[in-house]
Amino acid sequence: MASYVLKRLLLMIPTLLGIIVITFAVVHLAPGDPATLMSQSAESSSMNEGSAKSIVEETKKLYGLDKPLPVQFLRWVQRAVTLDFGNSYRDHRPVMEKIWEALPITLLLNIITIFIIYIISVPLGIYTAVKPRGVADRVVSVVLLVFYSLPSFWVAIMLMVIFGSGDYLNWLPITGILSHGADKLPWYEIVMNISWHLILPIVCLTYGGFAFLSRFTRASMLEVIRQDYIRTARAKGLSEWRVIMKHGVRNALIPILTLMGTLLPALLGGSVIIEQIFSIPGMGRLGFESILSRDYPVIMAIATISAMLTLVSILLSDVMYKVVDPRITFDKREG
Amino acid sequence: MVNERQTYASMIWRQFKKSRLAVVSLFVVAALVVIALLAPFIANERPILMRHAGEWSMPIFDKASLTLSELDVIKDSSSGDLWFINPPIPFGPTTYDLDSVLSPPTKKHLLGTDGDGRDIVSQLIWGSRISLSVGVVAIGIAAIIGIIFGLLAGYFGGWADMIISRLIEIMTCFPTFFLILTVLAFVGPSIFNIMVVIGITGWTGIARLVRGECLKVRGRQFVHAAVVSGARDGRIMWRHILPHALAPVLVSVSFGVASAILAEAALSFLGFGVPASTASWGSMLSEAQEYMDIGWWLTLVPGSAIFVTIMAYNLIGEALRDAIDPNMKT
Repeated sequence: MASYVLKRLLLMIPTLLGIIVITFAVVHLAPGDPATLMSQSAESSSMNEGSAKSIVEETKKLYGLDKPLPVQFLRWVQRAVTLDFGNSYRDHRPVMEKIWEALPITLLLNIITIFIIYIISVPLGIYTAVKPRGVADRVVSVVLLVFYSLPSFWVAIMLMVIFGSGDYLNWLPITGILSHGADKLPWYEIVMNISWHLILPIVCLTYGGFAFLSRFTRASMLEVIRQDYIRTARAKGLSEWRVIMKHGVRNALIPILTLMGTLLPALLGGSVIIEQIFSIPGMGRLGFESILSRDYPVIMAIATISAMLTLVSILLSDVMYKVVDPRITFDKREG
Repeated sequence: MVNERQTYASMIWRQFKKSRLAVVSLFVVAALVVIALLAPFIANERPILMRHAGEWSMPIFDKASLTLSELDVIKDSSSGDLWFINPPIPFGPTTYDLDSVLSPPTKKHLLGTDGDGRDIVSQLIWGSRISLSVGVVAIGIAAIIGIIFGLLAGYFGGWADMIISRLIEIMTCFPTFFLILTVLAFVGPSIFNIMVVIGITGWTGIARLVRGECLKVRGRQFVHAAVVSGARDGRIMWRHILPHALAPVLVSVSFGVASAILAEAALSFLGFGVPASTASWGSMLSEAQEYMDIGWWLTLVPGSAIFVTIMAYNLIGEALRDAIDPNMKT
């Protein structure tokens, strides 16, 4: 076990390096160097000559733009590894500070989303696997495919009109995660207020995920049901409920766990558009606004950090996979 | 060999046909392709065919010729020799009908007009060109990269596999949509760049699939036979191994086209899509946001178009997956 984890950790190093190389390459893909672009933006915001120049100097020093490319790269590696991404071009606050503000919001959103997707999809997958090709199976599969095919930004703006505008049902808030001035309320009121704000975004983030996970659960369950130990369980006279729940589901759940790691990047990427529509100040919105204003340090930080987070969560789910099912060996047996 | 492959294909087709929804979806996709190809003939502000002063011309191909509204004026004043065939939808995607701005669906504008007086049907028809071409070209690029990398990794193993597997892992770690946005912000949004960026970020799934299939058949006897009979590596990969992976790749391609169309729509919605002068379903939705409360058709129509197209590709993908999965035949 320990050797497996160690091996995985070692394999993470080249991947991490690759992530850093790609972010570095993307920075250098940018037209013009960041320093000139910065001075341009400084000019446009009618800053005086002196401070614009000092910004250029500051940026050049920060990025070591006067140094040869390999040195620049090593600096970038150093900064990425120590999570020091400098200051934002836009408001000159440290990038990490901005990320620490945004990350909890996105994590909250994504954790609730993943939880709801699992809670609904797994039972659906099990149910449809017990009677494959039946009416229920077909109806569920088509309905979920409809959900999967509905563009979330379209649904989002329609939900906003229906539930959040004065014209129809004025039930739910449509921007932000906290009402103005609500931070002075007692904590339970704040929790209520936040949940109230999260209903529409969470709906938009979840419905598309049901199809994939329930389909995956169904396949995993069908695989398990064909096994000999299920036949044995039936043969010794256990009730169908016990056969399915105790002998089937427990085994079928194992591969479903590993999926959690792979869901994370998709949700982080998907939340750019939903966070933007609902004005939620999370990582997606921070990223999008940084892209709009060419705020390179923030863009690079978000790309690097979310890639690293994903890498770690993939590792965690693989290790969990092994903890849950001791039969699995990832090491090749010789002989 | 050839005969066997045909029976495999026809077996898949037999299974596929059982899903009525999937067959309908095939027709939907075919209809969309026809509409996209014939867009200039279906929705245009110029006549398809015109005879004026004894001369025949096809004004739809001549940007300098008179538009329908201009011809209407002339027709009233000039006597006799002016004859033309209107396209079924007599508006181009950028025809500004200032008499009916924000018109709800009427006889004249079947699905209404937007805030600038542009006809929605016409924009929809021209927008299908963007959606379909982005979907097909982007996934074409992704499939080519994915197949090549997958074959190399699965066939050679060892270092090639190690490097390509790391590369796949690196790519899957980035939030795809964010990466696409970033690169587009740097290289500038254009339809060509969108296709390339979606293609370059979307190949990992296909590469993994091909690699897996490749590993499965790598040790089988027909591969050894090919090696023994002196076939080159390239030929073995291409002619002997790839056909085994084609069916699952096709499934992946079908779902991939759907998600590429969705990605393009989302990009255009955020203003990172095709230039504003080109009609695209995503940019129509983006503009509709301004009139959400008064112009329901502006939101409903392009969104439905995106939905129907994506749904069709997904249904085809799912039916295909069921058809090639022997476990599904119960």
